[in-house]
Amino acid sequence: MKTENIKFIQGNEACVEGALYAGLDFFAGYPITPSTEIAELLSRRLPQKGGKFIQMEDEIASMSAIIGASLTGSKVMTATSGPGFSLMQEALGYAIMAEIPCVIVNVQRGGPSTGIPTHVSQGDVNQTRWGTHGDHAIVALTASNHQDVFETTVEAFNISETYRTPVVLLYDEVVGHMRERLRVPETGELPLVERLRTSVSEGVDYHPYLPREDGRLPMSDFGGVHRYNVTGLFHDMWGFPSDNPKVVHGLLRHLVDKIQNNVNQIARFKEYYLEDAECVLVSYGSSARSANHLVVSRRPRGERLGLLELQTLWPFPYDIVREKCANAKYVVVVEMNMGQIMQEVKKAVDRPERVFLANRIDGVFIAPRDIRAILRIIQGKGV
Amino acid sequence: MAIKDYIRERFFPHIWCPGCGHGTVLNSLLRTVSQLGMSRNEIVVVSGIGCSSRISGYVDFHTLHTLHGRALAFATGVKLSRPELNLIVPMGDGDALAIGGNHFIHAARRNIDLTAIVMNNRIYGMTGGQYSPLSGHGTLATTAPYTNIDYAFDTVELATAAGASFVARSTTYHVQQLAKILKQAILHEGFSVVEVLTQCPTYFGRKNRLGSAADMMEDYKNNTTPIGSKAKKENPDLIERGVFVQKEIPEYCSEYDKIIERAMKGN
Repeated sequence: MKTENIKFIQGNEACVEGALYAGLDFFAGYPITPSTEIAELLSRRLPQKGGKFIQMEDEIASMSAIIGASLTGSKVMTATSGPGFSLMQEALGYAIMAEIPCVIVNVQRGGPSTGIPTHVSQGDVNQTRWGTHGDHAIVALTASNHQDVFETTVEAFNISETYRTPVVLLYDEVVGHMRERLRVPETGELPLVERLRTSVSEGVDYHPYLPREDGRLPMSDFGGVHRYNVTGLFHDMWGFPSDNPKVVHGLLRHLVDKIQNNVNQIARFKEYYLEDAECVLVSYGSSARSANHLVVSRRPRGERLGLLELQTLWPFPYDIVREKCANAKYVVVVEMNMGQIMQEVKKAVDRPERVFLANRIDGVFIAPRDIRAILRIIQGKGV
Repeated sequence: MAIKDYIRERFFPHIWCPGCGHGTVLNSLLRTVSQLGMSRNEIVVVSGIGCSSRISGYVDFHTLHTLHGRALAFATGVKLSRPELNLIVPMGDGDALAIGGNHFIHAARRNIDLTAIVMNNRIYGMTGGQYSPLSGHGTLATTAPYTNIDYAFDTVELATAAGASFVARSTTYHVQQLAKILKQAILHEGFSVVEVLTQCPTYFGRKNRLGSAADMMEDYKNNTTPIGSKAKKENPDLIERGVFVQKEIPEYCSEYDKIIERAMKGN
């Protein structure tokens, strides 16, 4: 193993390394705690490889700028936290509608509003799902350690190119600011999905919004030989606005189905000691570190604890969660919000009355002892 | 190439009302592009939302119909990513200066090479005639049924103060001047702003009893004057037309190229 590939860095830096590995060309952003390091690092790193960094006037403009850059064939990203993510919802919806590949990092802090900027939260899970208006699908990935931050960042770019969709990386303040080891994989070690460009030649009609048989939509870069229209309105295969009911229905179904029909392909998760677990902890992001610590430390004492760590939050992998929790007496969702993923787990499993919540919502990182205290109550062992 | 070759006939008829000035702006723009002999593949037209924004759909360039007020931010992404492309950004007055006001001043401050065309009809036309930041004090609109107590921006002064390196104004009556100004604006390296007074007889004209489209254009003839004219000295209420600002300032994308050069050298 090459030692120069080993780094001791923050999670935000791991995200930057992952993005550069994936081929990031263009970043637009606005400073906000606790994501700012991503912008700072990329302002240094991107021009070193001929890429572009721009600090925009706000998060609305940042999101808009990366969409514009993506249309020229660039791999693009922005990074923010809750208040900025709220501002991005408008253009996020545009990227969904116009099917623009892009990656949005949200390093979560406490909300609502300005909230608690320097402390951890996982309160933006449902905002990520439904923050922009109208029916739609969205992809959101998360991770609990730096190696996984790196890999999910690469995967976010791959998914965004494969499905022509925005992908949200929903990290949190603890993961973003914590320092730990990262091994940067060798070139070629992780697969990269490049932009699928049309093979239609110059002078032949190119239909930017006519899916191939496999559902994918080859793109043509702005500045290339195919001139077409891109809009946030419902549009036909030419990209021209349409209110024809068949066109509207067909496009909305396409936008949702291309994600929902691939839930299992998009689903990333890890499992620990689930085979005989009487109590399954379901967690994600930094909370999963405490959940994992508890499982590993209590197993030697004979406690049949297991952990299902989700890395894909949206589309929610209902079938996987149902299957992994099927034999559990209790399912305890560990998260730093008021039960946003717990509600999804309840929807997923049979007998939802066995689903409980172990959470903290006070800006303090949830510790193994916090989870342990809830477990004792659930198991009738007192407080 | 003929003007017709720059148009997507498939997408006609257009949505603009009879008498609307926006078609004249479109015509002037296409004549300019034709005169400049630019390739259709090197032009990107980015627009926002509103009557003005529909211009992007009708022209056979790379076209990006974006969000209300955000056209300049999208255009900034396209331009910085591919500086060799020519970016033309037609916007409405509410689009550019109300919801998009922040993007407008910051694009001007950066001096990024975009050609911003503010099609000023002093009203929100697509939503049916509400007052805009350019309607002006004392006008009538569906949301100012008694009278409008908001004062208007002066687009030229705003753009100049924000740092735009090319600032001009014309009207749909003065089509020869408009085409000439658009040509200068497109050729200018840096952020250029062209305000075009364009009539909305359907809403602004009707609400404010300004008569037909022809009457409103007649008003442009009578109420405007070349910059620094004798007429302006005699009647300060006249609106000046022409090129107000034209200065050489380093353009944003070229400046960024220097950053790349430095970063690659490791200093």
